[in-house]
Amino acid sequence: MTSDNYASLSARNINFSFGPKLILDNVQINVPNGKFVALLGQNGAGKTTLFSIITGLYAADGGDISIGGHDLRNNTQRALGSIGVVFQRSTLDRDLTVRQNLRYFCNLHGISSSDAHKLIDVALAEYGLSELHKRKVTELSGGQQRRIELARATLHDPDFLLLDEPTVGLDHANRMEFVSNVKGLCKERNLGVLWATHLMDEVEDADYVYILHHGKVLFEGESTDLLQAHGKNTIAELYSHLTSKKNDVKRL
Amino acid sequence: MNIKHAANCFSGILARESLRFLNQRARFFAALVRPLVWLFIFAAGFRSVLGVSIIPPYQTYLLYEEYITPGLLGMIMLFNGMQSSLSMVYDREMGSMRLLLVSPLPRWFLLLCKLLSGVGVALLQVYVFLLIAWFWEVRPPVAGYFLAIPALILSGLMLGALGLMLSSLVTQLENFAGVMNFVIFPMFFASSALYPLWRVRDSSEVLYWIANLNPFTHAVEFVRFALYLEFNWKAGLITLLCTLFFSAIAVWGYDPQRGLLPRKGGPAT
Repeated sequence: MTSDNYASLSARNINFSFGPKLILDNVQINVPNGKFVALLGQNGAGKTTLFSIITGLYAADGGDISIGGHDLRNNTQRALGSIGVVFQRSTLDRDLTVRQNLRYFCNLHGISSSDAHKLIDVALAEYGLSELHKRKVTELSGGQQRRIELARATLHDPDFLLLDEPTVGLDHANRMEFVSNVKGLCKERNLGVLWATHLMDEVEDADYVYILHHGKVLFEGESTDLLQAHGKNTIAELYSHLTSKKNDVKRL
Repeated sequence: MNIKHAANCFSGILARESLRFLNQRARFFAALVRPLVWLFIFAAGFRSVLGVSIIPPYQTYLLYEEYITPGLLGMIMLFNGMQSSLSMVYDREMGSMRLLLVSPLPRWFLLLCKLLSGVGVALLQVYVFLLIAWFWEVRPPVAGYFLAIPALILSGLMLGALGLMLSSLVTQLENFAGVMNFVIFPMFFASSALYPLWRVRDSSEVLYWIANLNPFTHAVEFVRFALYLEFNWKAGLITLLCTLFFSAIAVWGYDPQRGLLPRKGGPAT
């Protein structure tokens, strides 16, 4: 996707290696505002590493990342302040209640006490979680915990939402509800969303698709164009076709 | 860095640590029982064997219980520092450390907040211990309770920074538990916490020098002197320098640009 539009995320020429092993090879990803972008890749494709680089947990060996218009290297704090993240594994504190978890996040993002109180109330109501605010995280279902993480990721009004296989471990109904929540956010708040997954049904109607394979962007394009070009009906079929061993050989 | 944001962040981390601490009452009692066992049983049993003559900062002969109390305060700070770092390794494995590290504040500041909040929790344990020790006839000067606070904070920071440094170098919880055994016990026993260094020298010159090189010895002596209204500048300076050194390595260890953390064992892909 070109970076002509104002981009929530712009990652250019990202390289990352571990010892002699190249994990990410010249990866370029662009997520414009208000777009739901899917990042598809099998386990080990490099999705989580890419996300760790985007969130500043790892430093790339080369390349540039800009989030909400802020350069991650030179303006790290503003860039990180523009991201909302839902990690693959829960990052909720299991010893705390729902409200305490959200409050802690507000503190980390410098949201004042009075604002935090209002924002938390609104967010909990929006996701139908108001009744649970005094409950400990351990007393909640997996679906409820994920929704709290989503609510938390948007408390500071980010420009860009990053979700790393956020529905792992959820049943189908909860997965679809979660996807619908994120798509709603994307439209209502004009948020750029990058959703990494290997579950194709979640991203069937994504605005744009990147396929990461062995650390490289193998294919990218608008989902309808990609489907048409390869004569496939679903993203699942397309993905399977593009990442098959036969195709790897063709590309070599 | 915006000061208001930084203060907000610190208060959030402190509140979180305090809430976690209150939710884990067993941890509080366990942390107290350990030094109390040493005070009530070990010190009482060894009182006659290990009588201590007049040495600075003490003005008179003293009971062994009085001598080891600063060492036991050091023990609380030491275990707490390691416990706090252990919780960081746990947080890293469980994921909540990620939330902290992706916050929009400098990483050194986030780690400092973690350290300070850990010290805050340890101070609470220290003063509850001192209150119980008061009933056991261990009664330093009243002003000493206040003068010891800066020494306790600096010692706590040094030990917390040491734990933080270790946690940045160790990637798995199981390994960290092993490292703790190699750090806590040698540090505690090869120090002036249980016996004065001149006594150690009488029996082993080597152990005397090891204890002298042990930062924990200086942290304990700094607290001991402060508790008895004296300032041990040498112990204070060494404690400060060790704090800076351990903190610098810890920040380096957690820095994705230079540190070992991302590369050790390879990233999750």
